[in-house]
Amino acid sequence: MPTDDDLVFRALADPTRRHLLDRLFERDGRTLTELESELEMTRFGVMKHLRLLEEAGLVVTRREGRQKLHYLNPVPIRLIHDRWIDKYRERQVSALADLKSELEDTA
Amino acid sequence: MTTMTEQATQVYAVFIRATPEQVWDAITKPEFTTKYFHGTTIESTFEPGTPYLSVAGEENETVVDGEILESDPPKTLKHTWRALYDPETATEPHSRVTWEIEPQEGGVTKLTVTHDQLEAAPKTAASVAGGWEYILSGLKTLLETGEPLQG
Repeated sequence: MPTDDDLVFRALADPTRRHLLDRLFERDGRTLTELESELEMTRFGVMKHLRLLEEAGLVVTRREGRQKLHYLNPVPIRLIHDRWIDKYRERQVSALADLKSELEDTA
Repeated sequence: MTTMTEQATQVYAVFIRATPEQVWDAITKPEFTTKYFHGTTIESTFEPGTPYLSVAGEENETVVDGEILESDPPKTLKHTWRALYDPETATEPHSRVTWEIEPQEGGVTKLTVTHDQLEAAPKTAASVAGGWEYILSGLKTLLETGEPLQG
């Protein structure tokens, strides 16, 4: 069974889906029709990409009257950041700190 | 800095390996909120019409005030929100926060926070954008590991 991270990385591994996220980043709460009008793609294709983004939790939908509005949800990206970026950045910084103390000790 | 135009409706969601009751407790009990909500303590009886207060520091300064609109444990909590931690947001009208808790398959609970009615509160909208994702990831970490996020 894929983990939450797998779903997010898979969803982000496609340029059209990243483009959709960027559109929603600029302005949230859009309908399928609005998003579709900005892409050279069939309505069905856009729906498929939005569904994958929704499954990964990167897009959340709300019903407002007859409309289904799509919202960017930044929480999974924050979780990836905390899990995969912060950790390695810390290690890089501590490696530099180690190098500094080693060089200074031998000097 | 974000270049996002500040949204009058903001939606945030997170999947947490916990029961709906645990998620409800994390939202409504001060011993939990201090660990992920910028160190603040929640003060409310959660009766509709009563205050929703978030207090911080030794002086028990009120940093957020509002009123409970709806409370249906462990499913829905709805309250108004005015950020008093910044003099500029403090003068803006109240906006609205809705917490929705939905059980999913496999022992996972989906928590969705909708912060809306921010049309007349652009400074608040800008202030909370980026804040909610931090709070929700902290809440998830706390419930899944028992530990608050670092920093």
